[in-house]
Amino acid sequence: MEDEAFTDISGKPITLDCQNHSSFCREFTVSSPKVSIGKVMVYTCAVWLFAYAVFFFTQITAVLSGAILITLVGMMFHIHFVKVDHESLLVIGSLGIQVSSSYASGREITTFIEMSKIKDIIINEAIYMHQIIYYLCVLLKDPSEPNAVSSVVPLFQSSKPRLNCLVKVYKSCQEILSKSQ
Amino acid sequence: MVLKVFFPQCCNRADSGLLVGRWITGHDSAVVLAVIHYPFIPGQVKRYIQQMQAQSGVELSVLGSWSLPKEGQEGMESFLRDLSTIFPQERWLQISREIGKTGFICEIMSQNGKKVQQEAKNKSVEEEKDTGLGDGEKEDEEKVIFVHYEQRKVMLSQLHPTETGDHDPKSEPPSELRQMFQTVAQSKPLFFLDKYDDGPLKSTHWQSEGREASIIVELLKQATVPLCLLVTWLLSIWTWICNIKIFSFWPLHFLSSKLSTCVQLSYRTEHMRILSSPKPAVGHTQFMRKANILVSFLVDVALGILLMSWLYRDNHVSVLANTLVPVADHVAKELEELLQWLMGAPAGLKMNRALDQVLGRFFLYHIHLWISYIHLMSPFIEGILWYGGLSACLGLTFALSLLSDMVALLTFHIYCFYVYGARLYCLKIYGLSSLWRLFRGKKWNVLRQRVDSCSYDLDQLFIGTLLFTILLFLLPTTALYYLVFTLLRLVVVLFQGILHLSVDFINSFPLFALGLRICRPYRLAEGVKFSVLCEEPGTALHLLMEINPLKGSTVVQTYRTPTYSCYPRDSWAALIKKLFVGELIYPWRHKTTKTD
Repeated sequence: MEDEAFTDISGKPITLDCQNHSSFCREFTVSSPKVSIGKVMVYTCAVWLFAYAVFFFTQITAVLSGAILITLVGMMFHIHFVKVDHESLLVIGSLGIQVSSSYASGREITTFIEMSKIKDIIINEAIYMHQIIYYLCVLLKDPSEPNAVSSVVPLFQSSKPRLNCLVKVYKSCQEILSKSQ
Repeated sequence: MVLKVFFPQCCNRADSGLLVGRWITGHDSAVVLAVIHYPFIPGQVKRYIQQMQAQSGVELSVLGSWSLPKEGQEGMESFLRDLSTIFPQERWLQISREIGKTGFICEIMSQNGKKVQQEAKNKSVEEEKDTGLGDGEKEDEEKVIFVHYEQRKVMLSQLHPTETGDHDPKSEPPSELRQMFQTVAQSKPLFFLDKYDDGPLKSTHWQSEGREASIIVELLKQATVPLCLLVTWLLSIWTWICNIKIFSFWPLHFLSSKLSTCVQLSYRTEHMRILSSPKPAVGHTQFMRKANILVSFLVDVALGILLMSWLYRDNHVSVLANTLVPVADHVAKELEELLQWLMGAPAGLKMNRALDQVLGRFFLYHIHLWISYIHLMSPFIEGILWYGGLSACLGLTFALSLLSDMVALLTFHIYCFYVYGARLYCLKIYGLSSLWRLFRGKKWNVLRQRVDSCSYDLDQLFIGTLLFTILLFLLPTTALYYLVFTLLRLVVVLFQGILHLSVDFINSFPLFALGLRICRPYRLAEGVKFSVLCEEPGTALHLLMEINPLKGSTVVQTYRTPTYSCYPRDSWAALIKKLFVGELIYPWRHKTTKTD
């Protein structure tokens, strides 16, 4: 078990946690930084000040209660659907790969890919906004053609770690995959 | 290679005995289904397994031995090891668990070169005794993963996407997890053996907690048979009535295909036919389809009866009827005012006065006709509503379809205005476009389906240009009338569309599947998720397999009953183009456009 600090593509610190459950079972967890209180304050204040300005000119009290509702719903929406707390990748030799991402509210989305469907794990390049980023992805086999790739499952989609972190995960994944095949 | 052992959670604390299960071919994994306890007679075990194999169709076999030593049961180890000679297998699993430890210890023996293996095993066991550690060198050669699963959930769950029909032997075999799920689901007869039965064999596996309610279920099952027969008989009479020659003649057939009540009736007939078929549902998809139809039918009828109880209480029907006539009057009055406005100078536009007056008077006369028609009808409206309300006992969808039809009949004048306006507008647009071609010295070649150049006479050109000018200057007046009546028509179509959508929603929404997803999330599985259980040094890796339930949106997508709204609709661009050119739009889809 080891914790290492890396940065994601925009320079924010993230931590990579590798757990060695066994020689053929490893778990990688990439945790993003928590929501900063300052950011929450700024957004809330912005909405409330705007609402107060509208109220000042129009004298409609519904605007104020609307602003409170908007901030509350917005926060809940953010922690339940947007903010990903940590993403983990569980590689079990000869059984499969499990990708899960858990949101700040505790909601967890998990998908398990069986080993018979997996072709390989690779690091790929992609154009993202105005830059080129690296990302780790699982190549899936096409059931009809054994050598073709039917689809690509990108990993660590929301935390987007940099290349040095990806290489570390990639190497230990390949170690397990090469053993089981 | 890593060996995977799927182990049921209920067998964690089982007494020592034999492991019964199945080897999944080609995947190097074993599914443990039950533990048969010591003491037993090997012959009886063999017979029992054969019997179960015949009943379930799963290749059951004795996988190995399971030992959980208790006080006063020393020396079991060697006995259980000897069992592998009684039940010859290619590989023999020997799983043991020590008191006070959570992990299992697993040893594997193979049939070929058995002696060497066994000796090695013995040695390693001796070593273990010496050192007191659970793992020998054997562990490093062949690794074992224990995947713990909950037998009941896995047995009842259905892995998605569901397989359709029989599996094709040519294509590659189903994946490992699917095979594992199938194995557990098919070996249901194995789980009928009760813990408290006084039989020759005792085993541990999942068993149902009790079947108290099953008497009611059985009675219901028996009761459905005559019910189904009755419904089938009624349906046959109904189809006989529908197939009488009179109904296939042109006007009736056309009407019935356009009235939404008739369409809904045909849907309901189809659904009842599916429900009342005497054959039990084969496969998961068919069962879910039947259950969804049944639940939505029941909900529909319940909602309809609620509506009825509201309608016939406190004389709501007459109140409705009394408000309907003034509303129709009011609409007609508003329309008259609108026409008067259009006949003047609407929004400051200067129209062609003569054409404006002609069109306005024509429409005013129409409204007058309509009002007298409504007043003629007014004594009967209450009766119509009263009897129409009775249709709600067939379901809310019928009441809504009837409402849609009634709206269509009551707003017939708006439809007429729209058609007149649209036809006039359409004629002008076509005339203008062909005269524009003449203006440029071209014409439409019908045979070749293209625009050719053509030399016209001077007379032709003169007349054509004159007509073009006249049409062009009259166009704004017609376009204005067309615009106003199209907007009115669109309001009616929108209302009818909402009614159709709600009817369709009730008809097709998979209520049963959604209820199953909420109350029994494991029944509809999208896949599985693993979590690592606490690991102790010296034991194999233990994983907990849980069922990943299907997403709500996927449930709706997979299980919705196909109805007409499932087919692709007109795109918005096509609708706007139709409106612009002046083609007629309908709330229902044409048969011809469906084939396009």
